[in-house]
Amino acid sequence: MSIASLYALVGVGLFSLGLHAVIVYDHLLRKILAINVMGSGVFLVLISLAGRGGNSAPDPVPHAMVITGIVVAVSATALALSLMLRVAAATGRAELGEERGD
Amino acid sequence: MKWIRWLLLPLLLVLATGLGYAVLSLPDQAPGLQSAVAGQLEKSGVTNPVTAVLLNFRGYDTLLEMVVLLLALLGVWSLGASPAACEQSTPGPVLDTLTRLLVPVLVVVAGYLLWAGAHAPGGAFQAGALLGAAGVLLTLTGGRVRNGLGRRALRVALVAGMVAFMAVAVLTLQSGRELLAYPPGQAGVLILLIETAATVSIGVTLAALFLGGDPAEGNER
Repeated sequence: MSIASLYALVGVGLFSLGLHAVIVYDHLLRKILAINVMGSGVFLVLISLAGRGGNSAPDPVPHAMVITGIVVAVSATALALSLMLRVAAATGRAELGEERGD
Repeated sequence: MKWIRWLLLPLLLVLATGLGYAVLSLPDQAPGLQSAVAGQLEKSGVTNPVTAVLLNFRGYDTLLEMVVLLLALLGVWSLGASPAACEQSTPGPVLDTLTRLLVPVLVVVAGYLLWAGAHAPGGAFQAGALLGAAGVLLTLTGGRVRNGLGRRALRVALVAGMVAFMAVAVLTLQSGRELLAYPPGQAGVLILLIETAATVSIGVTLAALFLGGDPAEGNER
């Protein structure tokens, strides 16, 4: 197993961990953080797959895609955090859904 | 509801195994696009392949990315005035001095990264992120630039990158080329022009995103 596929596997692991956290946790901040962890996993997969060209320089196209993705992730996170603050201000809790009585 | 949790773990394991298998089944050696990029690199106006891809070969990606940044800021601003989180704070003398020393350094490094992007790792996004960090640092330590220019200057800075990009795009269309296909002779200058405007826009947008909410008083950085 090459070092590139090791990094890619770590990326897959991060993605799965993040997906688990998105589903399991109720708190919106945890969900936002988990989505960021998922995104980091995807970036790691892309970057590791860019280095498969043997001895030549790594493929620049996935690198450019990742830097685009980072900027989009940052702006989406900022929007999500603002929405979370609004939800917390409106309902008193940073969670979605009905009050759990059962 | 408990049993669903127990079902979730095996399902996620199956997904992770599938994804891991997919990643491992890819060939160890793949040619990728680096030879295609390297073949066109001298026409692109820059010598750093990532910058060439970002601002020349796939320029429309970066153009739309500027739009995404602006849309996110519009979304944040549409939620109303900024929350009470950014109240005026009075930093101690050490923090104050550190900020005064750090912010100019950040701006200079941002300028260097912008210039270095043509031939080395760097570019508009890295430089913009540094500018945004400088803005966040100033905000956190209570720095407020009381500018008489107000909201209009802020908005001009926010859209500068996109406007520069669009202007170049329209110019390339007008001169009978494809969208954002720069003439090889002027490509380097055009890329630097776009990147400079984009750096300012990205930095201001990130700082404004951090502030959250429409700055009602028109104070920004």
